[in-house]
Amino acid sequence: MSSASRGGATFPQAAHVELRNAQLRRNLGHATRTIRAKRAAVVDELDNWQQLREAGAAIKRDVMANLDTYLVEFERAATEAGATVHWAADADAANDLVAGIVAGHGEHEVVKVKSLTTDEIGLNDALAARGVEALETDFAELILQLDGDWSSHILVPAIHRNRTEIRDLLRRTIGPADLSDEPAALAEAARVHLRERFLRARVGISGANFAIAETGTLVVLESEGNGRMCTTLPQVLISVVGIEKLLPRFEHLAVFMQLLPRSSTGERMNPYTSLWTGMTPGDGPAEMHVVLLDNGRSDVLRDPVGREALHCIRCSACLNVCPVYERTGGHAYGSIYPGPIGAILTPQLEGIGAAASLPYASSLCGACYEVCPVKIDIPRVLVHLRGLTPKRGAERRAMRTLAWLFADAGRYRRAQRLARVLPARVAGAGPMRAWTAGRDLPAVAPQSFREWWHERRP
Amino acid sequence: MRISVFITCFNDTLFPQTGRAMVELLERLGHEVEFRPEQTCCGQMHMNSGYRDEGLELAARMRRVFDGAEVIVTPSASCAGHVLEHEPGLPVHELSQFLTGVLGVEEVGARYPARVAYHPTCHSLRALRVGDGPGRLLAAVEGLDLVEIDEADQCCGFGGTFAVKNAEVSMAMLDDKLSAIERSGAEVVTAVDNSCLMQIGGGLSRRGSPVSTLHLAEILAAT
Repeated sequence: MSSASRGGATFPQAAHVELRNAQLRRNLGHATRTIRAKRAAVVDELDNWQQLREAGAAIKRDVMANLDTYLVEFERAATEAGATVHWAADADAANDLVAGIVAGHGEHEVVKVKSLTTDEIGLNDALAARGVEALETDFAELILQLDGDWSSHILVPAIHRNRTEIRDLLRRTIGPADLSDEPAALAEAARVHLRERFLRARVGISGANFAIAETGTLVVLESEGNGRMCTTLPQVLISVVGIEKLLPRFEHLAVFMQLLPRSSTGERMNPYTSLWTGMTPGDGPAEMHVVLLDNGRSDVLRDPVGREALHCIRCSACLNVCPVYERTGGHAYGSIYPGPIGAILTPQLEGIGAAASLPYASSLCGACYEVCPVKIDIPRVLVHLRGLTPKRGAERRAMRTLAWLFADAGRYRRAQRLARVLPARVAGAGPMRAWTAGRDLPAVAPQSFREWWHERRP
Repeated sequence: MRISVFITCFNDTLFPQTGRAMVELLERLGHEVEFRPEQTCCGQMHMNSGYRDEGLELAARMRRVFDGAEVIVTPSASCAGHVLEHEPGLPVHELSQFLTGVLGVEEVGARYPARVAYHPTCHSLRALRVGDGPGRLLAAVEGLDLVEIDEADQCCGFGGTFAVKNAEVSMAMLDDKLSAIERSGAEVVTAVDNSCLMQIGGGLSRRGSPVSTLHLAEILAAT
C-alpha cells in the first residue's frame, strides 16, 4: 500500500463497527485518561509553556514559508558531512530508492525504527514485494507486524491491544509457550528475538523527528533504545524524512525538545534521543542515505490555511484529548494518521475526495487546539476543509434554502410559523431521524421570541 | 446602557423563554434593551457544515443588522464566537461574559432553590474563554446549591451537524456526559448555550431521567 489511507469505509461507517467494541472503548478511555493526566502534570510545571508553543509555531511557520531554501541548505550540509541525499516526489519513488539501496548491498533483511513516514509510503510491503523482509523493532510495531495488524495511535500503535492478546500472540510467534503476561516477560521475549537480528542486520531504516538545515543533522526521539541500535549497528543507514520535518538551525531543537516529550509521552525528557550528522569513520554506519519525501506535501503547502497541518511534530497529544478518538479508536479514521491531526492531514495528502468524511469526524470542541504544542488550529482547518468537500445534492439544496430564508427576516418569520404547524412525524424525518434515534427533540415553541417582543412592544 | 440583544435563530424558534429571561434580567439590572427584528441567523451552522460562502454572507449580514449598536448581548457562546471570528470588531458579548466582564456584576438578585450543575460548553470554555464567570454568577444565586460534574470540560457530543452526521459517536459522547450528570446529584443542568442543552436535555428525557436542563439566563432571571 503506497498511501496513508487504509480501507475504504467512511468515518461514520467505520465508527459504527468500532463503537460496538466495548473492550476497546474501556482500554482507550483508560489509556487516554492516564496519558492526559501525565501530560497535564508536566506541562503545568512550566511557566513558559505558552511562549514555548508560540516559539514552536513561529519556527514552523518560517520553515513552511522558506522550505525551498532550507531543503537545499540541508542537502548541502548533509552531503558535506558524508551522507547521500535523495529526493522522492511520491511514495513509489521513495520505495524504489530505498529498495534500490538495499538491493545494491545484496541484502534481504533490514531492521527498522518506528516511522510513520515509512508507514505512510507502505515501505514494508514495497520491500516485501522485492524479497526484502523489513523487521519492525519498536515493541508495539513488532506486535502489529507479527499479527498483520496496523497502527491505531501515532505514539502507541498497539493501544487497541491488551496484554493478554499480546501474550497469546507472542506465544504463537516468537516467545516461549509458557510466556506470562507480565510486561517485563513480554518485553524480554521481544528483546531476545530482536537482539540477534540487530547484530546481524547490515541495513537499518529510520525516519526522523527533525532534520536540521544548518548542520544536516537528523534527530530521532524514542523510548526503547531500539532506535539507537538501528541507527548505530548496521553498516548502512537509510532515513526517510518528510520535507516538513526541517528546522532551520540547531538551536531550534531546544524549543522542540521541551515541547515534544511533554506533549507526547508526558515526560520531561524521553529516554533516547539520537542525533547524527553524516558519518564518523570507525563509528556507526559507513554509508548513510537521506530520502527527502514530498508525497503530497507540496500540495498541502499551497493552501495557506491547510498548510498548518504540516507543522505537526507527531506528538499525539490531540489524539489523547479528542473525545471522538477516545470512543472510536484510530482505525475508524482509515489512515495511518488518526485522530484530529489525521482528520486534517489525510484529506490533504490524499486529496479531499479520498477522505471526505474525515473533516466531519469532530464536534469542533477545540480540545486538540488547546494542547497542540505548535498551536495548530485544528478546528479552523477542519472547517476550512469541510468547505472543500463534495456535497450531496439534497443537503446542498436544503442548506441553500435555509440561507435564502435567513437572508430576509420576513421569509424567516414565515418559515418559522410553518415549522410550528408541521406534524411531528415530518419534523422528525430525514436527517432528524439520526437525532431522534437516541434523543428527544424539543417542539417548536408556540410563540417565538420575536412574536413575544412584538406583542410586548407593539 | 442601551443593549441590543442578539437572540439567535435557534433560541428565537425553539427556546424563546431564554431570550425573554435575558431581556428581563438586563432590564432588572437597569438597562434599556432593544431587539432588532431584522436579525435572523449568524451563519454558524452553514460555516461549520462546509457552506463557507453562505456562512460568511450571514455573518456579514449581522454587521448590517447591528450597525451602530453600542453593545450586543447574546445567550449563545457558540454564535458569539462565530460572529467574533468572522466579523471582528462587532461589540458582541456572550451573556455571562457581559455580566461579569463588562458590567462587573456577579450578584444579579436571583433566587433559584435547586441543586444545579454547570456544564461548561466547549465554545464558552475554549473559544470565548468565559472562565469561571458563570460559576461565580451561579454561586451568588440565593438558594442555589452548585454541584460539580466529573470531567466537566468534556464535550457533550453536540457539535452542530456532527450530532446527525456522526450520530453514533455523538451518542457515545453524550452517554458518558449524561452518566456524569446523574452522578453529580444535580436536579438541573445549566449552560450558556441551548444547543448543547438540547443535546443533553434530549438524552436525559430519552433516559427518563428526572434531571432537567435550563439556560443560565433563566436561572439568573428567576426570583
